[in-house]
Amino acid sequence: MFELLIAPFYEFAFMQRALIGCIAVSVSAAPVGVFLMLRRMSLTGDAMAHAILPGAAVGYLVAGLSIEAMTLGGIVAGCLVAMLSGLVSRFTQTAEDSSMAAFYLISLAAGVMIISASGSQVDLLHVLFGSALALNDAALYLLAGICTITLITLAFLFRPLVVECMDSQFLQSVSRLSTIAHLCFLVLVVLNLVGGFNALGTLMSVGMMILPPALSRYWVKGLDALIAVSCIVAVLACYFGLLVSFHAGWPTSPAIILVLGAAYSFSLVFGMNGGIVSRLSKPKHLSA
Amino acid sequence: MVLRRMGCHLGLIMLDFDNVTLGYELHPAVHHLSLNVPKGSLLALVGPNGAGKSTLLKGIMGQLSPLDGSISLNGIERAAIAYLPQQNQVDRSFPITVQEMVALGVWGQIGAFGRLRSQHKRQVQSALKQLGLQGFEQRLIGSLSGGQMQRVLFARLLVQQAELILLDEPFTGIDSRTTHDLIHLIQAWHRAGKTIIAVLHDYDQVRQYFPTCLLLSRQPICYGPTADVLTAENLLRARQLNEAFDEHAAFCAHD
Repeated sequence: MFELLIAPFYEFAFMQRALIGCIAVSVSAAPVGVFLMLRRMSLTGDAMAHAILPGAAVGYLVAGLSIEAMTLGGIVAGCLVAMLSGLVSRFTQTAEDSSMAAFYLISLAAGVMIISASGSQVDLLHVLFGSALALNDAALYLLAGICTITLITLAFLFRPLVVECMDSQFLQSVSRLSTIAHLCFLVLVVLNLVGGFNALGTLMSVGMMILPPALSRYWVKGLDALIAVSCIVAVLACYFGLLVSFHAGWPTSPAIILVLGAAYSFSLVFGMNGGIVSRLSKPKHLSA
Repeated sequence: MVLRRMGCHLGLIMLDFDNVTLGYELHPAVHHLSLNVPKGSLLALVGPNGAGKSTLLKGIMGQLSPLDGSISLNGIERAAIAYLPQQNQVDRSFPITVQEMVALGVWGQIGAFGRLRSQHKRQVQSALKQLGLQGFEQRLIGSLSGGQMQRVLFARLLVQQAELILLDEPFTGIDSRTTHDLIHLIQAWHRAGKTIIAVLHDYDQVRQYFPTCLLLSRQPICYGPTADVLTAENLLRARQLNEAFDEHAAFCAHD
């Protein structure tokens, strides 16, 4: 048992680093994902991941495979797209989903143009799937830093964010924080996507944001509980995903996402809140 | 103009509309409105659909800037107005409890970051009690009926302790018992000297409970004591004036 569950992390430094990095991503991306889900913006996470790619690619062109340059490029591109689409939807007739789609497509196209015009090839597989088993110090500091910023910002903006999600008309009537809360939240989404994709690839960073909140809704109802369960599920998935990847020799990020996918499927069938089984079995209703 | 002078002698003025035109894409929805709303008014805003009633409330809230003229608030901040929009767009699937929802009413006192103190909790408890929501504190808003949800929103308004309260069709789709309770609350606010403006469609309700009335049909038709405003003649004029939105309307020569 020890051999199977503990030893890989006990014996190999790269496994420890991978676990620490993944835990940082989990604790940070999952709460952001809960808000994304509650605002029905889950697919926005996916769109933002595309928006980040070109910025990272430009960083790669300028400085090579340097985590600082790629991160900076990704953050700039992502924030630009997030801010522009957020502002455009606030101050014109366009809805946020269509302005977001417009800007991320422009960003993606511009990125592809820049890369092909310069004639070099970015290692796309690295960008998609990252390198969780080869996290260096810089990458770990980056992940820990983004996790810290995310948690502090969420704690600070918790109330405006909740009200902005649930009843933005009320927030607008009592406070000027509505637009600020919305934009800060989009920046958090970008930061987490950028942090995640360096370590784990875009697939992984989006997956960590979307899957844990989606499955936790099958088990708990309250907001606090949703956030807590999402974080725990994400951390557990990282642990088991890394183990599977270690023992079977499979790539890490897909392994982690597949563990989450399995947990999601299980919740879909057996979840207490609206899972398929709970819908089929009709319990006796209460008297009042 | 008679309209403009209305209310001036009744004491302190809460709201002053000076030749206000509000609209969308330059088409006026409220046209050249000049009048005062005295402090402590219980004012019903009536008129046909598309008469600009909701638009006027949005204008007061500053969510829509006037195309022309100005709206001035006397003695209060915009953030101190309690506003219940039409067909409230609350996301009912959001996991928040009745108690938390009502507690949002203290936002004006503690802001986005302040702590909920014991006096605020007492305020919330008393509002819940006044609206007959005891026992619902820990229920999620998604599990409430339409009438119960409206009670929750009124409880939040109550906690806001605003001096000016704007209600946009507060009783649409609400049963008579809940409506009756909510009107009681509005009357209590009125007795406490608060200024209330409510968009309403039920003329009998307006005649019974609202001492003053503004009949609007893009332009003000009549403003004053309800019995003088809601005459058959005025209502007919309001209907006739509520002409269609003309895509090719010329610029207004009124100014």
